[in-house]
This record gives sequence, C-alpha cells and structure tokens, in this order.
Amino acid sequence: MKPAPFDYQAPATLREATLLLAADPEATVIAGGQSLMPLLAFRLAAPSLLVDLRRVSGLGTIAIGDSGVRLGARVRWRDIEDDRRLVTAHPLLREAIGHVAHYQIRNRGTVGGSLAHADPAAELPGIAVTCDAEISLAGAAGTRTIPAGEFFTGPLSTLRRPDEIITELHLPPWSRDRRWAFREFAQRQGDFALAGIVLFYDEDQDGRARNAHVGVIGACNRPHRLIEVETLLNGHQVDDGLIRQAAATAAQAVDPPEDLHAGAAYRRGLVATLVERGLRAAAQKRGR
Amino acid sequence: MRVNFQLNGDSVEVDVEPRMHLADCLRDVLRQTGTHLGCEHGVCGACTVIVDGDAVRACLMLAVQAEGSTVVTVEGLSTEAALTPLQTAFRKHHALQCGFCTPGMLTTAHALLTEEPDADADRIRSVLSGNLCRCTGYIGIVEAVLEARAAYRKAAPGAGKP
Repeated sequence: MKPAPFDYQAPATLREATLLLAADPEATVIAGGQSLMPLLAFRLAAPSLLVDLRRVSGLGTIAIGDSGVRLGARVRWRDIEDDRRLVTAHPLLREAIGHVAHYQIRNRGTVGGSLAHADPAAELPGIAVTCDAEISLAGAAGTRTIPAGEFFTGPLSTLRRPDEIITELHLPPWSRDRRWAFREFAQRQGDFALAGIVLFYDEDQDGRARNAHVGVIGACNRPHRLIEVETLLNGHQVDDGLIRQAAATAAQAVDPPEDLHAGAAYRRGLVATLVERGLRAAAQKRGR
Repeated sequence: MRVNFQLNGDSVEVDVEPRMHLADCLRDVLRQTGTHLGCEHGVCGACTVIVDGDAVRACLMLAVQAEGSTVVTVEGLSTEAALTPLQTAFRKHHALQCGFCTPGMLTTAHALLTEEPDADADRIRSVLSGNLCRCTGYIGIVEAVLEARAAYRKAAPGAGKP
C-alpha cells in the first residue's frame, strides 16, 4: 500500500504547472488527491512526478452570475455544500454533491479532480454531462473548452491531454421553476453508486415537459444522457403512465457493466426504479 | 524533501520522501503513534487528523502537502493530565472496545462539534459514516458525541447558531 517513488513540485502558477507537465509525459497533477492517492497506493498509477496545484491561486472560486455557475477546479465538495447561494442557483448540483463520499474526503476532494479522474459512478461528471456543462483546460499550448458530453470517453478516460490542467467547470444558468431530481443507490452511504440518475425538465404554460435532460451514472462506462427518455418526456404531461414508460425506456437505454457488486440486469432494474422515483419527486416539487 | 508544519502546537521539520503519506510521517518519523492506519486507501477513517481545522484522512494526503499547515492529531486533543469532555463521554458510553478506530472517531467528532456544536444524531451518524468500527455497533459512539456537544457549546458561545 505504499506508492512507487515519484518527484514532487508545487509551482506557484498555472503556467509553471503546465510547463512541468509538458516537460515530462509521465508526470501527473494532484490537487485534493482523494482519487489519486488510492490509485498511487495500489500502484495503479505510478507517475514520475506529481505537480501539486495547492499553491496555484485563482482556482478555488465559486462564481454565480447571469451566465450560470462557474466552479474553479480546486473548489472542494465542502465549499459547494457550504455555499448557500447554490440553494437557488443550482439545487441539482447541491443535491448531487451531498452524495459524494464521506466527511473527511469532502474536505479535500475537488471539482477538477473528480472530472479528471472520471469514475463512471461519480456524481459531478454526471451533473456536468446532464446539464450541458463545459470544462475548461489550460495546457502548455494554450487553453480550450470542451463540452462535458464529449469530455468523458470511458472509465477513467477523458479528452484531457497529459499536459493539461482542468481550470473550471461551467454550468449553464438554472431556471427557477425547473423540475429536477437526483437519485442514486449505493450499498453504504458514501460508497460509489451502483446506479444513479440526474434529471430535470422545464414546463410550458400547459404543464407539458420541455427541455428534458436525463443522465445516468454508475450503470454505464461513462456518464451519458438517455436521449430516448428525454424524447419520450418532451411535449407531454409527466403523469403516472409516462413515468412508467420512461422507467422502462431508461432500463433499455443503458448498457451496464457486470462486476462483483451487481450484474447488468440488476443495474438495469435500478436505473428504471431510480428514474421512476426521480420523475415522481420532480413532478411533485418545483424549484426549491 | 524538507517539510515544515505545526503539529499539536509545536513547529516540526521533517525530511521525507515525496511519496510518504502524512499518516506514515506522523507515526514513523514524528513517532506520534496515536494516529492509526487501517486500510491506507481512504476507506476506514482510522487515520483521520485535523489539518487547518478540517478533518481529513492522513493516508490520502502526502506529508509534503502539509507544508505550512496546522495539524492536530489525537495526541493534541487533550493534555497528559486529563481527558477532554469528548473523551470522557466516550469512556462513559463504552464508545470503544479494541480502540483501533477511536483516534479517528475522536478527531472526526472533535472537528464536527467545533464547527457544529448543535449537530443532531442524524448529522453525527452521517459524518461518522466515514469511520469504520468493528466492535461497538456505533450506538455508544453516537451517544458519546451527542453528550459531548454541551462542552463544545460552552467553549464557543454562539457557534453553530445562524
């Protein structure tokens, strides 16, 4: 359980950090380390150099404005939990983050770390993909922004290049009367979810759903949206019959992995149940 | 690499490999063996210490990342002379048997009650869900933390109220 040896640098600027990464293809980034440290302990990762972002300023801000919510890469789960503005600015984000790991991990785990680690069961990547968020990166060659829907390419795999550092997650504005829900099922509190769903929709003046977004975590190789379910919901009143139909459609729309915790059929069933519960909860409450 | 930080009120300087986590540094280099290491990959919570006021897992943090920080371990909670109210409550409620998880329980509960002296049983259970105890079934631990709240309210009047 001891990591393989590595060098360590804690540069003061983002520029220095990206240059260090560019100079050594085996180098990697550490911020809170709550996902990377276990990988190092198991020697699933054995970088030559760790570039620590702890001295880099300007990555720890939660900015809320007309353009939505911007989370700096070093914002911790704890910071999201403590920020009362998010109760109205992004209740879905707050609800989902409430499920991330445990108290001690929440004090160090970061937004950028979770996005870069890209565990298929992680909550924040699911929020990012479902909410049409954008992920900003800085590299030695410059900066770029990638839609979250394209960023995650598979388990622990993203479009981030080795010399790039995630700087920000940008969530589009949240509309006040939106209906939404986050539901996940894990074997113990704080464990990775066997399956989870993220959903929201707006309503037209006749109470019909529009702009439906439904995403899945855990029961998938990477977080993704369930377009078939969204299509089913759009233009219709979300009533009992439609909810049941949406649940059945969701179960067919996922391609869950098999592992020692649960088989694919069980995870499909979970997705159906969570979509049903989520839609029922969303239909009953508006905003919050 | 040389690292300087405050440990239980004293300035310490250590020379460690970058790969050494904070828990090994505390135990093997600084000989503060109150911090226990169970799983070494962030699951059991036994190694919880308080860094700059926050409860964190010392196995999920490198010693070099503690540079300039203030670290409090279970040794720093009390004096040699007496138990703290939290420790006294653990004793009273039989909140430990083998004692392996206890340092992590104490540091976690101390960090929680320092910030939230009015934490209710649900909040306490939720926070302690990151600390595994294989002996007690948690009932005594939760009761002890509930009882200790009074001492934290006295210590910080107004804390925890909006």
